Amino acid sequence: MPRVRIKVDGVTYEDEVEPRLLLVHYLRERLGKVGTPVGCDTTNCGACTVLLDGLSVKSCSVLAVQADGREITTVEGLGPGGELHPMQRAFHTEHALQCGFCTPGMIMASIDLLRENADPSEAEIREGLEGNLCRCTGYQNIVRAVRRAAEEMRQAPEREVTS
Amino acid sequence: MTETVAGREIGSARRRSEDARLITGRTQWTDNLQLPGMCHVAFLRSPYAHARITGVDAAEARQRPGVVAVFTGADLADEQGSLPCAWPVTEDMRHPDHPPMAVDHVRYVGEPVACVVARDRYAAADALEAIDVDYEPLTPVLDMEQAVADGADLVHADLGTNSSYTWVFENGDLDAALRDAPVLIERRYVQQRLIPTAMEPRAVVCAPEGDGFTLWSATQIPHILRLMLATVTGIPEHRLRVIAPDVGGGFGSKLQVYGEEVLALLLARRLGRPIKWTESRSEGNLTVHHGRDQIQRLTLAAERDGTIRGLKVDLLADMGAYLMLVTPGIPLLGAFMFNGIYKMDAYSFTCTGVFTNKTPTDAYRGAGRPEATFAIERLMDELAAELDLDPIEVRRRNWIRHEEFPYDTIAGLTYDSGNYEAATDKALHLFEYDTLRAEQADRRERRDPVQLGIGVSTFTEMCGLAPSRVLGSLSYGAGGWEHASVRVLPSGKVEVVTGSSAHGQGHETAWAQITADRLGVPFEDVRVLHGDTSVSPKGMDTYGSRSLAVGGIALVNACDKVVDKARRVAAHLLEAAEEDLEFTGGRFSVRGVPDQARTIQEVALAAFAAHDLPDGVEPSLDSDATFDPDNFSFPHGTHLCAVEVDTETGFVRIRSYVAVDDVGLVVNPLIVEGQVHGGLAQGIAQALYEEAVYDAEGNLTTTTMADYLIPSAADLPHFVTDRTETPATTNPLGVKGVGEAGTIASTPAVVNAIVDALRPYGVRDVPMPCTPERVWRALNEQEGSA
Repeated sequence: MPRVRIKVDGVTYEDEVEPRLLLVHYLRERLGKVGTPVGCDTTNCGACTVLLDGLSVKSCSVLAVQADGREITTVEGLGPGGELHPMQRAFHTEHALQCGFCTPGMIMASIDLLRENADPSEAEIREGLEGNLCRCTGYQNIVRAVRRAAEEMRQAPEREVTS
Repeated sequence: MTETVAGREIGSARRRSEDARLITGRTQWTDNLQLPGMCHVAFLRSPYAHARITGVDAAEARQRPGVVAVFTGADLADEQGSLPCAWPVTEDMRHPDHPPMAVDHVRYVGEPVACVVARDRYAAADALEAIDVDYEPLTPVLDMEQAVADGADLVHADLGTNSSYTWVFENGDLDAALRDAPVLIERRYVQQRLIPTAMEPRAVVCAPEGDGFTLWSATQIPHILRLMLATVTGIPEHRLRVIAPDVGGGFGSKLQVYGEEVLALLLARRLGRPIKWTESRSEGNLTVHHGRDQIQRLTLAAERDGTIRGLKVDLLADMGAYLMLVTPGIPLLGAFMFNGIYKMDAYSFTCTGVFTNKTPTDAYRGAGRPEATFAIERLMDELAAELDLDPIEVRRRNWIRHEEFPYDTIAGLTYDSGNYEAATDKALHLFEYDTLRAEQADRRERRDPVQLGIGVSTFTEMCGLAPSRVLGSLSYGAGGWEHASVRVLPSGKVEVVTGSSAHGQGHETAWAQITADRLGVPFEDVRVLHGDTSVSPKGMDTYGSRSLAVGGIALVNACDKVVDKARRVAAHLLEAAEEDLEFTGGRFSVRGVPDQARTIQEVALAAFAAHDLPDGVEPSLDSDATFDPDNFSFPHGTHLCAVEVDTETGFVRIRSYVAVDDVGLVVNPLIVEGQVHGGLAQGIAQALYEEAVYDAEGNLTTTTMADYLIPSAADLPHFVTDRTETPATTNPLGVKGVGEAGTIASTPAVVNAIVDALRPYGVRDVPMPCTPERVWRALNEQEGSA
């Protein structure tokens, strides 16, 4: 079995994995990183979104072996030392979640969206989050949250989003 | 009776306590559980909509690496029982056996026929390929109208018919209303089949623990599930503990007793080790119960001035292949709602439940009421068009005026309160109705290829399910009360236990707000516990927008009991008469002597220590209470939708959407607004995007999220939401419920808008979902035939 070395939320892990093992199953079942959930099997819902070397990927469509030698940030690694990332704070403040199942992926995708566009319009946020589905909120408060976080992050641009 | 004065917590937009774990990934989804020795289950499912099973060979699968056991339906036939249906709606309802795993027949694609138990989910899935099942295919029954015709093939041959039941309600002289009616509007509308699609797939874990079993499930109904598991399996109820940990949405789909839940319990018993099953999304689309799926034949009779005389409703409702927990009752929840907010002298409702070789249907957000609301609100627009009246005006001429409440409706309900005028006036103002009508006229005049349409929906619904006596009269298997208990700990902190089972609604926040106000304790000092039958032993769970209107009132009652008892203790400690004590801000003080006081925390400690209690008073301030409502609650509102329809491509864009809802008193406006947004999204999705599609062989072709289109952020507009606040008179808070309102109201608003845009072209209906192709066809078939 291939051996992989993957840094996840600041900790480096070395493991033997089946070549077909999905990254999300590696995170959840081998590392206990259960904060990243699985919502579909066709890469449509985005609940499993994580950052791979700082870029958002759907971890259900990446094999664990493809992450060898690379760095993953999950929602659990966003706020080192218990401090919340501005995006997490904004989701809370704007009531951008209800059941919360899509939330980890939505937060990670939103962070990547702001990396590409620090000041997105409402339409740009809606287009940018098209790959992340939510069944509870109707998205309106998610859009508000991303705008709030964008404003906060523009005022404190030095903040590092990956751990 | 109604207290509308908001306290310091009730009415405030508290940010939710639940969020802390949900935004950081410190969640407890059922699929997160890993227990020592735990095995994973995978199900082999029928590829046929209708077939006889003539043989199953699992020998090779049993030899596969990592496989612990393989079971077929026949292996479990003696112990698996039949899945429950708790709502026998008529005495002669036909109710076929429903084994959790098929034994000799399969009746829909996706029905389980065998399962593999293995050391991990990959090994379990691999071994499914090694099971050989021989099927003798039978003709699938897929069309409801054909299914009830003479000589139809049968889903259940032994029943001799595809009809499960026919249920009738009649009031007033409908024949007289229809006879010589100056205006008759006759329509056939189809409520397409929908898939609820909670974001969290179903998951269940069952572990033998001591002399019983603990079962974790992504369920809305831990209490009902426990009772039903005991009934189906014969395992005594007190040996079962059911836990609903964090549950990622339900929308009715997790208001169910699923075969996989029963089987997880049976496998854990057989194998003596923990069992886990988590569905894949495609598996879920096949096997989570579906919603809606009705054919509606409607006749509305009216005078030339628009006054409604009467309404006749004939439904065929698709049950799917089996009756599940409340399958047959769902369309009947609409029976009381087809009259909407309107006065009329005669009403007739007939519903036939029909078996087909499709996934069973059951509750989906709104459950019977969206279907009814769609019908009446579409008909009101058609009536307006027939009479060349504004659709608002025709509604005004028929709706119950605010001074007429309480009002006994033709469908046999008593609407306690409402103010349709106020909600409509507010919505018209926010929408800029007259301006949009002017723009519409202008575009029509110019023959603009992009036409503007305006859709109206003045809805009401019945929620707060439900008065137990009413449920009993409808043959429902249980009551509709709810339970709460309040534990005032010696330190003065408070634990609230609720029988409601939250899965995204924010109970942990809203219940703490109610408690903080009633007991005068800080919000932060209240912790809300739910969703575990060992912690919360009594409850009727969460569905039907009942949590606040029933469970919230149980909590109010429990808090009031705490205060009553604390008052006795405080009076004793203060050496004062009870009636001389005032209780404000968590403090009992002697009237006129404000310095003589005890806080509720001090009283709690005294009640715990029990050194000096009045005679006959037991230690502790803890209380519990139930609430069984006398009536349903009736949220209402006015929703207005403007769409732009491209007459060349059929593409529909929602230009603006205004929702003014009246849900009575609001505990947390942030949560209420969120519920409205999410409800709108699902109702709009029925109008524009979603449909569970079966092919001619009975295969579901929308098994993935690439085929079954739940809307993304890019597919939905910005909503303008506002409220009027007419308190319910049937509970002490004046609350009504908000979980389903948006979904119920929005579907007809959108379709009315589309039809309104195209009416000059002769279009008077577009079937849902109104995809560009369907809009284009409606337009071109009209023009072709003109």
